[in-house]
Amino acid sequence: MNFGFTDEQELLRSEVRKFLDERCPLEEVRRITEAKGPGYSPELWKEIAELGWTGLVIPEEHGGAGLGWVDWVVLLEETGRSLFPSPLLSNTLAAAAIRAGGNPAQQARWLPGLARGTEIGSLVLREAADASAAPVPGIEGRRQQQGWRLSGEQHGVPDLAAATLLVVPFRSGPAPEDLRLAVLDAQARGLRTRESPGMDLTKRMGSLQLDDVPLAEEEVLGALPSPPAALARLLDLAAAAVTAEMVGAAEAALACTVRYARERVQFGSPIGRYQGVKHPLAEMYVDLESFKSLLYYAAWCLDESPEEAPRFVSMAKAYASDAFARIGIDAVQLHGAVGYTWEYDPHLYLKRSKWARAMYGDAHHHYARVAALGGL
Amino acid sequence: MDFHLTPEEEAFRAEVRAFLAENLPVRDPAEWQRKVREKRWVGFSWPREVGGGGGTVMQQAILKEEVARAKAPPLGTCFMGLQWVGPALIAHGTREQQQRFLPDILDGKVQWCTGYSEPHCGSDLAALQCKAVRDGDHYRVTGQKIWTSIAMWSQWIILLVRTSTNPEDKHDGITCLLADMESEGITVRPIKNMSGGAMFAEVFFDDVRVPVENRLGKEGEGWKVTITALAHERSGISEVEGLLRHLEALKELARSLSRGGAPASKDPFVRRRLAGFETRIQAMRFNGLRFLTRQLKGEPLSSETSINKLHRAALEVEMSDFAVELQGPAGPLLAGAAGVAQEGRWQRMALSWPEVVIGGGTPNIQKNIIAERILGLPKD
Repeated sequence: MNFGFTDEQELLRSEVRKFLDERCPLEEVRRITEAKGPGYSPELWKEIAELGWTGLVIPEEHGGAGLGWVDWVVLLEETGRSLFPSPLLSNTLAAAAIRAGGNPAQQARWLPGLARGTEIGSLVLREAADASAAPVPGIEGRRQQQGWRLSGEQHGVPDLAAATLLVVPFRSGPAPEDLRLAVLDAQARGLRTRESPGMDLTKRMGSLQLDDVPLAEEEVLGALPSPPAALARLLDLAAAAVTAEMVGAAEAALACTVRYARERVQFGSPIGRYQGVKHPLAEMYVDLESFKSLLYYAAWCLDESPEEAPRFVSMAKAYASDAFARIGIDAVQLHGAVGYTWEYDPHLYLKRSKWARAMYGDAHHHYARVAALGGL
Repeated sequence: MDFHLTPEEEAFRAEVRAFLAENLPVRDPAEWQRKVREKRWVGFSWPREVGGGGGTVMQQAILKEEVARAKAPPLGTCFMGLQWVGPALIAHGTREQQQRFLPDILDGKVQWCTGYSEPHCGSDLAALQCKAVRDGDHYRVTGQKIWTSIAMWSQWIILLVRTSTNPEDKHDGITCLLADMESEGITVRPIKNMSGGAMFAEVFFDDVRVPVENRLGKEGEGWKVTITALAHERSGISEVEGLLRHLEALKELARSLSRGGAPASKDPFVRRRLAGFETRIQAMRFNGLRFLTRQLKGEPLSSETSINKLHRAALEVEMSDFAVELQGPAGPLLAGAAGVAQEGRWQRMALSWPEVVIGGGTPNIQKNIIAERILGLPKD
C-alpha cells in the first residue's frame, strides 16, 4: 500500500514548479493575460513543449512521454499553483479524445503535432444537464454523399482562440448513442469563433459557431466503440484535470493568505493570532487536504481502476468546487480592503474558483452523480 | 501510488477474515475476548515483550478495518486502558509498572479512567490546579477532576496533577500519577448528560495518598507523558467504517420515508445532502490512507490527524441532525414512539454526539492546532 508519489513524480513536480516560479511568476501571469493577444505566451508554450509537458500523456510512438493520468495531475497541480495561462489542459484533452477514438492513421496524423506543441488542440465538450446522462453536444451533423456537414453552436469552449485543432462531438442521428467526434481545422470554412470576455483572465473562453462546415469521413474519429461512454470518460478526465489545477491554486491562495495573516498587524498583534482569522484558515486547510486526497485516488482510478473512476472523480470535483469557491472568497475577505484591489493577488484565485467550479460539472451536477452511483 | 497489499498482508487479511467468519456473531462475549486475546489482537500495536501483538502499521490498519467492517465486538474491554494508559506506560513506565498494570488491561480485568479536565480548565488543560504534595514516599492529592468518563465503573485512574505552582511555563510542574480508585478520600459523583444517561463523572480528591512508585515518568514531566498518550493517534480508518455504516442506515431511512408523495431518497435536496456526507466520509478514508502511507515511511503523525477529527465531528452532528429532520414530526420523539425510525438510533445520536465531538479536544481546539502547528500562525 502506498498512497504517495514516486520519486519520478516528485522530480516532475519540482521541475515544473521551478520552471514556473522562474519563468512565469504572477507578475508575468498578469503581464501575459492583461495584454491584448492570445492570452498565453507562445514563447513559453514552445519551451514547455520542449520540456515534454504538452506530450506528457501522449504515447511515445506519437512523440509523447507516454505517462499516466497521475503524472498529469502532478503537472496540473503546479500549473494551477502558478495560475499558468496556457492551453495545456485543453490540448491534452483534445489529444485524449483522439487517442480514445482515432484509428491508427488518425492518431498518427494528429497526435505528434499535439505532442510537440506545433498544433494546439481544444475539446468542445460540456456536461449534460442531467448528471446521469451522457453529454449532448450542441452541434448537429448531416450526412452527405461524402462525409458530413456540421452546424450548430457551442458556448463556453476553453482556449478557442489559441487552438489550431478542434475536437468537436456532434449528433449524428436522433438516438442518444448517435454521437461522433470530428477533428476540425480551426480555419475550416464556415467555422467562426468569438472570444467571450470572462472573469478569469488566465482562462480564455469562446463561442464556436459552425455553419454547414464540410467534414470529410477521415476527419471523423473512426474507432470509437461507444461514443457516450467515451464522452463520459473524457468528461471525467476534464473534471479531474480542472480539480488538479484547483488543488494547486487553492494551496497558493491559502499560502498567500497565511503570509498576509502573519505580517499584517492590527490591535498590536499579527491578525493570524486571532481565532476569527485563524479558524477560517484552518478550515481552508482541512478542505484542501480533503479534496486533494479524493483527487489523488480518482487519478489513480483513471489509470488503474477505470470502473471506479466516475464515482471518485465526481466526489473530488464536487468537494473541490464548493470548497475552492469558499477559499477564494475567504482569501479576499481575510485580506480586508487590499483584498479588493487589482494589485493584490487574492482576486486571481477567487476568479479561478468561479471558472473551475463552472467547468465540466459544478458541485450540484457531481453530487447528483455521486448519489446515483451510490445507489440512491 | 499502489493500493495493493503484499502477499504477507493479504495473508494476514485472509486470516482475520477467516477468524471473523468463524466467530461471528458472538454468542459468548467472554469467549470472544479470550479468543482475540489469544490471537494477541488486544493491544495489537504494543510490543510483544509487554504482551501486545507487535503488529505492523499496515497489519493494525487491516485488523481495525476488518473488525469494524464485520461489526465485531471490540478487541479487549478496557477501552481507556488500551487507548491511553497502555501507550503511556509503554513509553514512560518502569518495568515494574508495566508488569503490574499492562496484563490486567490486556485481559480486561481492570477498568481505567482518565483524570485530565478540571472545572476551570478543559481546553486549556495545562492550567490544571489539582495539587499533589510530596510527603515521604507518598504524594497527597487534593483537588477535583471533571468529565471523567466511566469513573464510576473504574478501579484505577491516570491523573494529571500540579506538583509545582510557580513554573516559568505552565506545562512544567505537571506530574502524572496512577491512583487506585478505592483510595481513601476519592469521591465519584456521576453527571447526568443531555441524553439523560450518565457516562462521565466528577471525581473529588481530598488528601488522597498515592505512593511515589505510582508516578508515571519523572516529577514535572506529566505533560510529556500525556502528549505521548494523546499522540498515540490513529489514521482514523476504523471511524470511517463506522461512519459508512451510519450512511447506509441514513440512505435506508431516506428510501423508507415519503416526501411529497415519493420516497425522500428521490428528492434532489436529500440526495445532495447524502452525497455530501458520502463524499466527506470517503475524503476521510483517503486522508487516512495518506497518513498511513506517511507512517509506513516511518514519519510520525501529529497535528494532521486533526483534519479527520474535524470531519468526524461535523459528520456525527450533521448526519444525526439531518436524519432527525427527515423524520418530520416524529423526529423529536424517542424510541418507542410511533413513527420513530430505526429504533431511534438517530435520536440517540442527536443527543450523544458530544462524546465524540467534545471529548479529546473541541473542534475549535482542533482548528487552533492546525492553524498554529501546521500553518505556522502565532499562538493565542
